[in-house]
Amino acid sequence: MTVMEQRGAYKPSPPPAWQPRTDPTPLLPDAAPYRVLGTEAAAKADPELLRRLYAQLVRGRRYNAQATALTKQGRLAVYPSSTGQEACEVAAALVLKDRDWLFPSYRDTLAAVVRGVDPVEALTLLRGDWHTGYDPYAHRVAPLCTPLATQLPHAVGLAHAARLKGDDVVALAIVGDGGTSEGDFHEALNFAAVWQAPVVFLVQNNGFAISVPLAKQTAAPSLAHKAVGYGMPGRLVDGNDAAAVHEVLAHAVRHARAGGGPTLVEAVTYRVEAHTNADDDKRYRADSEVDAWRDHDPIALLERELTERGWLDEAGARAAREDAEALAADLRARLNQDPELDPMDLFAHVYAEPTPQLREQQALLRAELEAGQEGAL
Amino acid sequence: MTTVAVKPATMAQALTRAMRDAMAADPSVHVMGEDVGTLGGVFRVTDGLAKEFGEDRCTDTPLAEAGILGTAVGMAMYGLRPVVEMQFDAFAYPSFEQLVSHVARMRNRTRGKMPLPITIRVPYGGGIGGVEHHSDSSEAYYMATPGLHVVTPATVADAYGLLRAAIASDDPVVVLEPKRLYWSKDAWNPEAPETVEPIGRAVVRRSGRSATLITYGPSVPVCLEAAEAARAEGWDLEVVDLRSLVPFDDETVCASVRRTGRAVVVHESGGFAGPGGEIAARVTERCFHHLEAPVLRVAGFDIPYPPPMLERHHLPGVDRILDAVARLQWEAES
Ligand SMILES: Cc1ncc(C[n+]2csc(CCOP(=O)(O)OP(=O)(O)O)c2C)c(N)n1
Repeated sequence: MTVMEQRGAYKPSPPPAWQPRTDPTPLLPDAAPYRVLGTEAAAKADPELLRRLYAQLVRGRRYNAQATALTKQGRLAVYPSSTGQEACEVAAALVLKDRDWLFPSYRDTLAAVVRGVDPVEALTLLRGDWHTGYDPYAHRVAPLCTPLATQLPHAVGLAHAARLKGDDVVALAIVGDGGTSEGDFHEALNFAAVWQAPVVFLVQNNGFAISVPLAKQTAAPSLAHKAVGYGMPGRLVDGNDAAAVHEVLAHAVRHARAGGGPTLVEAVTYRVEAHTNADDDKRYRADSEVDAWRDHDPIALLERELTERGWLDEAGARAAREDAEALAADLRARLNQDPELDPMDLFAHVYAEPTPQLREQQALLRAELEAGQEGAL
Repeated sequence: MTTVAVKPATMAQALTRAMRDAMAADPSVHVMGEDVGTLGGVFRVTDGLAKEFGEDRCTDTPLAEAGILGTAVGMAMYGLRPVVEMQFDAFAYPSFEQLVSHVARMRNRTRGKMPLPITIRVPYGGGIGGVEHHSDSSEAYYMATPGLHVVTPATVADAYGLLRAAIASDDPVVVLEPKRLYWSKDAWNPEAPETVEPIGRAVVRRSGRSATLITYGPSVPVCLEAAEAARAEGWDLEVVDLRSLVPFDDETVCASVRRTGRAVVVHESGGFAGPGGEIAARVTERCFHHLEAPVLRVAGFDIPYPPPMLERHHLPGVDRILDAVARLQWEAES
C-alpha cells in the first residue's frame, strides 16, 4: 500500500533535526594568503624544487614577453599575457603527474607549455589558424577555454569518470576571479563536492575581470571562502610566491588523489599587463597600483630567497636565462613564418563523416579556389 | 535630449548616443553589463554613460550573463527599462535560459499583465579577426524564439533609430549589432538624430530591376558592393535591407521580389535551418507566380565559425553573391 492510499492512517513524522554534514571550521581559508618565500617556512623547502620553479618562471616571463612582441608585429591575433602570474601557471603545471589533467582558460597558455605542449601549438588559437592547435590527449591538457568557467564542469566530469573507472587521476582547472561569478563555477563546485570528485580548482585572482575590480565581482571575504558553502576546503595563497602556490596545490592534489574530494585554491596575484593587447588598462587603474605589484614580482621573490640561501649561483641563473632565450628564439623563428593553411580544413572536422550538405559546400569552395588559382596564373 | 555635445560619426557612436538620449529622456532606462561602466564597454559603445548618469544607471555587473539577464527581468517587473549588453555573441549563451524561458514569454505567461521592456544588445558576426567564440551569428536562435523582437542595423542612422525604438518598445528586443560595422560611417547628422522607420520595416537600399538581394546587418554593404559589380554583367540589382528580422516585413520584401521576379537571400550565418530558409519560404509562398527562378541563398558554411585566418573563405563575399545571381538565369539553364 502506498502512502497516498493509506491516507487516514498516514502521519508524517517530523524531519530529523538538520545537521550540517561537515564542520565548516577546517574548511575555512586562513585570513591572510599563505606565504613561504621570505618566511621561516622557506627553510623547509626543497632547494631542487625551488630551482626548478625558478627556471620555469624565467622561461615563462620570456615566453610572455615574446608572445606580446609577436602580437605587436601582427603575428598573433591577440594575446592575454600572464606576466606577473607566472608562479600560478608554473605551479599548476608542475604539481600534476603525467596521468593527471589540466583544464586551462585562454590566459593559461603558459601552464600548457610548462606541461609540455609545444609553444607554437599552444598559441595556435591566439594566432588564429585553428581553435586548438594541440592534441588534448597528448599531454592531458584540455583545449584552452574562452567562455568563462565552462571548463570547470568538464574537469569535474573527467575526474569523476576517472574515479568511476578506477583510475588514479586528478583534474586541475584554472579560472579567473571574474569567472567565479558565472553559474558554471557554482555548478561545478557543487557537483565536485557532492561527488567527492578528485578535482582542484585554482582561481587566479589577478584583481580584475577586464576592467571590473574584485570588489564589484564579489562581496565574499575572499574567493576561497566560497568553497565552504559547497562543503570543500578553501585555501588562500600568495599567487606570486611560487613555493607557496606549489605547496598548497600539491597538498590539494594529494588530498584529491587520496579520495578526500575537491579543494578550491585562491591565488592572490595581479595582472601586470592589460587584459589583452586590445585593452586599454589606463581607463580603469592607476600606474602606481601596477608599479606596487611589480615590486612583489614572482621571479624577484624567488630569486632573492634562492640567492640569500646560497641555493642559486650565477651559473644556475645564467642557464635559466639561456634556456629562456632559446625558447624565445624558437618562438620567434617559428611564429614569424606564415602557417600553412588548407581552407578545406573548414569542413574536415565538423562531423566524423561530413554530411552530404557539407560535401557540397566543400566542392563549392574547392571550385572557387581552383578558379581563383587559374585566375592568378 | 542631452546637452553634452558629441559628434557621433560611427555606428558605435550612434549607439552610444541612442542610449544617452534614451537615458536622458526617461529615468527608468538603465544600462547594465560587463565592463559597461568605467571602461565604456569593450567596444566603447557605453562610453561616458556611467560618468554622466552615475553607476546606478550604467552598471558594471558581476561576470554572469544569466545573472545579468535574470536580474534585468526583475528590474523590468518593477518598472525599469533595462538595456543589457552581452559582451560578444557567443557569451550570451549562458543567458539563454532566462531569455527563452522567461524574457521571451513573460507577457504571454501572464496574459499580458507583466510585459518586459528589456533591450538586449548583442555584438554579433565575424569579419573582425576575432578568435574562437567571438564571431558567431546567433540570429537564428533569437528568431526561433517567439516573443522576441530581433533587429539589426546596417547604417549609422539605423543604429540610432533602431536602438531608440528598441528601448522604447514595451516588449523585449534583441538588438544584434554587426561588430564589423561598428567603425563604419555614413551620412547621418549627429546634431539632429532622428528616429527612423519603426521596428518591423525593411528598406530598399538600392533599387534595381533584374533581381532582389534580401539581406541585413553586416551583409548589407557586401550586397551593395555586389550590386555595383553586377552592373558590369548587365544585372541591375535591388538591395533590400531587412533591419528587422522579427517582425518580418513581408510587404516591402515581396513588393520588391514581385517587381524583379528573382531573389537571393544573403547572410553570414549558416544556411541550414538559418534565417534564409525562412525568408525564401515566405517569399515563395507569397510571390510564387511572380518568380522567374527559385529563391536562392548565399550563406556562411554550416560549420562552427572558423578561426580568423580562414574566415574569409567562410564569409559570403561579392563573388559568391554574383555566382548566385548568375544562377538566377533559370530559364536559360533548364
Ligand atoms: C561567458 C563569457 N562572458 C564574457 C566573456 C568575455 N570576457 C573574456 S575575458 C573576461 C574577463 C575575465 O576575467 P577573469 O575571469 O578575472 O580572468 P582574467 O582575464 O583576469 O584572467 C571577459 C568578461 C567570456 N570570455 N565568456
